[in-house]
Amino acid sequence: MELEIQDTDVQGWTVVTASGEIDVATAPELRDRLTDLIEAGTTRVIVDMEDVDFIDSTGLGVLVGGVRRARGSEGGDVRLVCTNPRILKVLQATGLHEVFIIGADVDEAVSAEPR
Amino acid sequence: MAEIVLEIPPRLDYLAVVRLVVATAAALDPPLPESRLDDLRLAVTEACSNAIKAHRPEAADQPVVISCHLDEDRFRVDIRDRGPGFDPDALRSLPAPTDPSRLQHESGLGIPLIKVLTDDVTFQPAGDGTIVSMTLKRPPAPPI
Repeated sequence: MELEIQDTDVQGWTVVTASGEIDVATAPELRDRLTDLIEAGTTRVIVDMEDVDFIDSTGLGVLVGGVRRARGSEGGDVRLVCTNPRILKVLQATGLHEVFIIGADVDEAVSAEPR
Repeated sequence: MAEIVLEIPPRLDYLAVVRLVVATAAALDPPLPESRLDDLRLAVTEACSNAIKAHRPEAADQPVVISCHLDEDRFRVDIRDRGPGFDPDALRSLPAPTDPSRLQHESGLGIPLIKVLTDDVTFQPAGDGTIVSMTLKRPPAPPI
């Protein structure tokens, strides 16, 4: 998996672009990156998963943990950008599509109503 | 029936190789549909990940064994570890996604995913370990 942090400020959100496969072997890198951002006070994060073609339960757990930590701050959240049917299917199979705010692109993720 | 056997060290960085080999075997004629190959990749990753984590440290020099069984009407993959075993029915169910306490749980999705993604799964004690057997039905071969 490759992770790229776009430090560009998209209406107050920081975009983390992940690509490749997120599994138990690679997910710790994403966990560390999200934890570093949130602990540094960057609690409005978008994980762009458009170039992710595989995610397992550990990767999903990392995203759940990120959401929990981010939502602990006023206005904080970890939102997803994802249109890949493979990934969306896993989110739906686990019910996590009801936990995450998922946009078809960054603008849609940014403008979505908070949960 | 054909059989393809893969032995790996109990290391998580081998999971991508396991996914590749098992999905390639399942794509042999008659292939599983692409969407079911995705199900298989994820189910195998979850089961193999559990097997690697459960593997006893003193058995680190023994492999995790992945066996693919290609029958006319089904594809079965067995994953054998050298772990202490577990009772899959004893696992706690997770809170509903709409329950705020759901966010407290970062793990516990692996076995439920395996059950959803496969047509059949069994967990059997085997000697000094456990065999997880997962079956996906193959589509009937087209008439000649």
